[in-house]
Amino acid sequence: MKSLWILIAAATMSLPVEAQDLLIRDAKVHTAGARGTIEHADVLVRDQRIVAVGQQLSAAGARVIEARNRPLTPGFFAGVTAIGLMEVPAEPVTDDASISFGAPAWQQQWRPELDVTLAFNPRSTLVPVTRIEGLTWAMLTPYGDAIIGGQGGAVTLDGRYDAMLTGSRSLFVSWDANASGAAGSRATLYMLFEQAIREARAFKPPPEGALLHEAGREALLPYLAGGRTVFQVERAADIRQLIAFASRNGLRPVIVGGAEAWVVADELARARIPVILNPLDNLPSSFDQIGARLDNAVRLQRAGVRIAFSSGDIHNARKIRQLAGNAVAHGLPWEAALAAVTASPAEIFGLGARRGQIAAGQVADLVLWDGDPLEVTSGADQVWIAGREVAMQSRQTQLRDRYFERSPTDGTR
Amino acid sequence: MPRRASGAASACAALLALACAPAIGNAQANQPYPSTYKRPAGTPTLIRGATVLTGSGARLDEADVLIADGKIAAVGRDVPAPQNARVVDARGKWVTPGLIDVHSHLGVASAPYVEAHNDGNEMSNPLTSEVWVEHSLWPQDPGFETALEGGVTTLQVLPGSGNLAGGRSIVVRNVRAKTYQEMKFPDAPQGLKMACGENPKRSYGERGQSPGTRMANVALVRQAFLDAQDYQRSWAKYQRELAAYEHKQKTGSGARGKKRDAKDEDSEPPSPPKRDLEMETLVGVLDGTIRVQVHCYRADDMATMLDVADEFGFRIAAFHHGVEAYKIADLLARKGVCGALWADWWGFKMEAYDGIQENLALVDRPRDGCAIVHSDSAEGIQRLNQEAAKAMARGVRLGLDIPPERAIRWVTANPARALGLEDRIGTLAPGMIADVVVWNRNPLSVYALTEQVFIDGVPVFDRSQPPREPRSDFLLGQPGTGEAP
Repeated sequence: MKSLWILIAAATMSLPVEAQDLLIRDAKVHTAGARGTIEHADVLVRDQRIVAVGQQLSAAGARVIEARNRPLTPGFFAGVTAIGLMEVPAEPVTDDASISFGAPAWQQQWRPELDVTLAFNPRSTLVPVTRIEGLTWAMLTPYGDAIIGGQGGAVTLDGRYDAMLTGSRSLFVSWDANASGAAGSRATLYMLFEQAIREARAFKPPPEGALLHEAGREALLPYLAGGRTVFQVERAADIRQLIAFASRNGLRPVIVGGAEAWVVADELARARIPVILNPLDNLPSSFDQIGARLDNAVRLQRAGVRIAFSSGDIHNARKIRQLAGNAVAHGLPWEAALAAVTASPAEIFGLGARRGQIAAGQVADLVLWDGDPLEVTSGADQVWIAGREVAMQSRQTQLRDRYFERSPTDGTR
Repeated sequence: MPRRASGAASACAALLALACAPAIGNAQANQPYPSTYKRPAGTPTLIRGATVLTGSGARLDEADVLIADGKIAAVGRDVPAPQNARVVDARGKWVTPGLIDVHSHLGVASAPYVEAHNDGNEMSNPLTSEVWVEHSLWPQDPGFETALEGGVTTLQVLPGSGNLAGGRSIVVRNVRAKTYQEMKFPDAPQGLKMACGENPKRSYGERGQSPGTRMANVALVRQAFLDAQDYQRSWAKYQRELAAYEHKQKTGSGARGKKRDAKDEDSEPPSPPKRDLEMETLVGVLDGTIRVQVHCYRADDMATMLDVADEFGFRIAAFHHGVEAYKIADLLARKGVCGALWADWWGFKMEAYDGIQENLALVDRPRDGCAIVHSDSAEGIQRLNQEAAKAMARGVRLGLDIPPERAIRWVTANPARALGLEDRIGTLAPGMIADVVVWNRNPLSVYALTEQVFIDGVPVFDRSQPPREPRSDFLLGQPGTGEAP
């Protein structure tokens, strides 16, 4: 009898839930890829991946979701953010994104060896809050006033511990007024960068006044050989300096911010430098952003610059859909706006072959929406990450359910 | 429960009408720093064939809105166009009242956000009721014109939240101006910005000063109002003595004839107490002429402030931010206090940790509930309609019946109520000020854009004819701004 139980248990365990195929039937599939939007299409998922996108698919034993032509998109990008690194920003003890460690300020300015992905906490309340809104992955960045703030990387938001997505590691650098403030001026910033690069290439520190530690020199080297480096930069003149600097030193830059990128759109397109921007930025928030305007996204797109969106929000990263919708309202084609929060950021951060689109071979990060996914009145009905159904709950839905008492006069849905 | 001091009315008279001017009425002449806003003359305008959200909860399809003499003259079907009226064909478009933001720092934390523009938070003392935020207000903040493009026609500019009592607010019309007086909403009540919770105790506690705790927050506020009551009494006493003196002066000869002792005091008028700007503001709160706008996040903090208000007999117009307002929605409705809220901000500090996206919908839900979408942001104020749309959708997903004509109240009639201006702005009804927005589609959408904005019946923004130059002097001549290159 005992052995029979063991047999049954073993048989049950040999049917892991993940092994069951998932068939999403009759969806309005926004592929964010070459196939554009396909009406009344089916998507078949097996072993965490999309295996087929087409009409009249079938799979024996598959779990079937009837989409009734609701929109289905790839999982959205949560932006360049600190989800899982910062629970309550005003409480420093919960901040694991900042480089500040009590050393004299200058010693915190040049730290390429710092790696914030090590501090990612997949059990943060921000993770479910974010993913039930259809955002399935995020690019983690160090925060703070450092000039070279360290390295970050992309993480999946399905709650696993080993969340880092291979190939997404990037260096984060400030190339704006804050950095030049820390360095003294823009001219000194550029001078010091050239020095840091020489230190790294020379494998040994100068006799005195070194900017980099040994680990920093090591960490910087791969980025001087074409590793992805994310520059926070806004002003047109600074962007032009960056283009020249990157080309001189073998860097592969990605721009974050780029409020005035539209001014130098053609040069960015020629240099194939992507821009991650916030399409709501239209105010001269600083003297770096005097030329900020709502049609930045569409101007860059028309010039052939690859664009992606990020609000920089942490707790409210879900606002990214609103960013995309506003870009559409100000001239960006809808499909381009969708790509700017799905396929394009995946491509920028080295994940394009596996994430960001609905296509065979892609990881099955999928969102089924109750309406236009870029419209603020829509919401995610169901989210899947790597083919697994996400529980559509968070601490916020639990708070809501605790305090919302349905009354007989309320409608039902 | 102590109510207002009995001598309040006469004390007011002695206060040179400063803090005690009637909230509404012809008090402008007695107010220092008077509004110089001039309503420009406009031509009668008939907006024809639109879907009209009136702001009072109604939706009228294929309706007309007639504007004349700066006021709404008629709303309904087949309104005849007066002679010389400009006719706006708004078929397929939507029309709402001008949007109102009760929580803005435009002009006092102006773009660009350089040190010199940090004029909203007088962080030298936790109690600064004496400051008036209008004296910081820079009309050239580029945020005003982008807010106008978002349909915002009236806004309340508030001091920051670092202090328990941060100073007096100002309500402004969103018009081009050289001075704040040219924007000042004529005869609008002033507000007092107060704050509870983390900000004041953090700001001062970190310096080793009081308040360092929530209990000290409350104690300092209570002491301030006790001082204000004392100040009221001293003016009431003076008023009585003055009246007695004047009476004696009038009847003086007869009295002397009856050989009453002629004391020195009888021959000299009584000296008025020293005026105190901080106390004048608090007395304005006590006598109801200054509206109380409280920055407060947590449900328990809000309940405490409601008790403080009861202790001193004043009313709170609105709790601002109130991320936990949904926990006490019934209490707020019962007390007639509005919740001025965000659609989805949360978590940036402990007292914001329990924010939920259904907050607005749940505060709106009780009978007499008063939900307001506010911005506190130069970006958010440009998209109050989208914030309302997000909150509406969350309520609808919960099963609540919130059509657009209900949700639009959160950015029109309800904020007007919190400002004490509901008899003048916030709804489209005959006699109301003609602040009107024409939208290219249902405004409760991310794709909606304003097409035309009217203030006092005068077109102030027209998307088909974008301004050739920026309104802000600061932006003039800056590369890349203004008209598209």
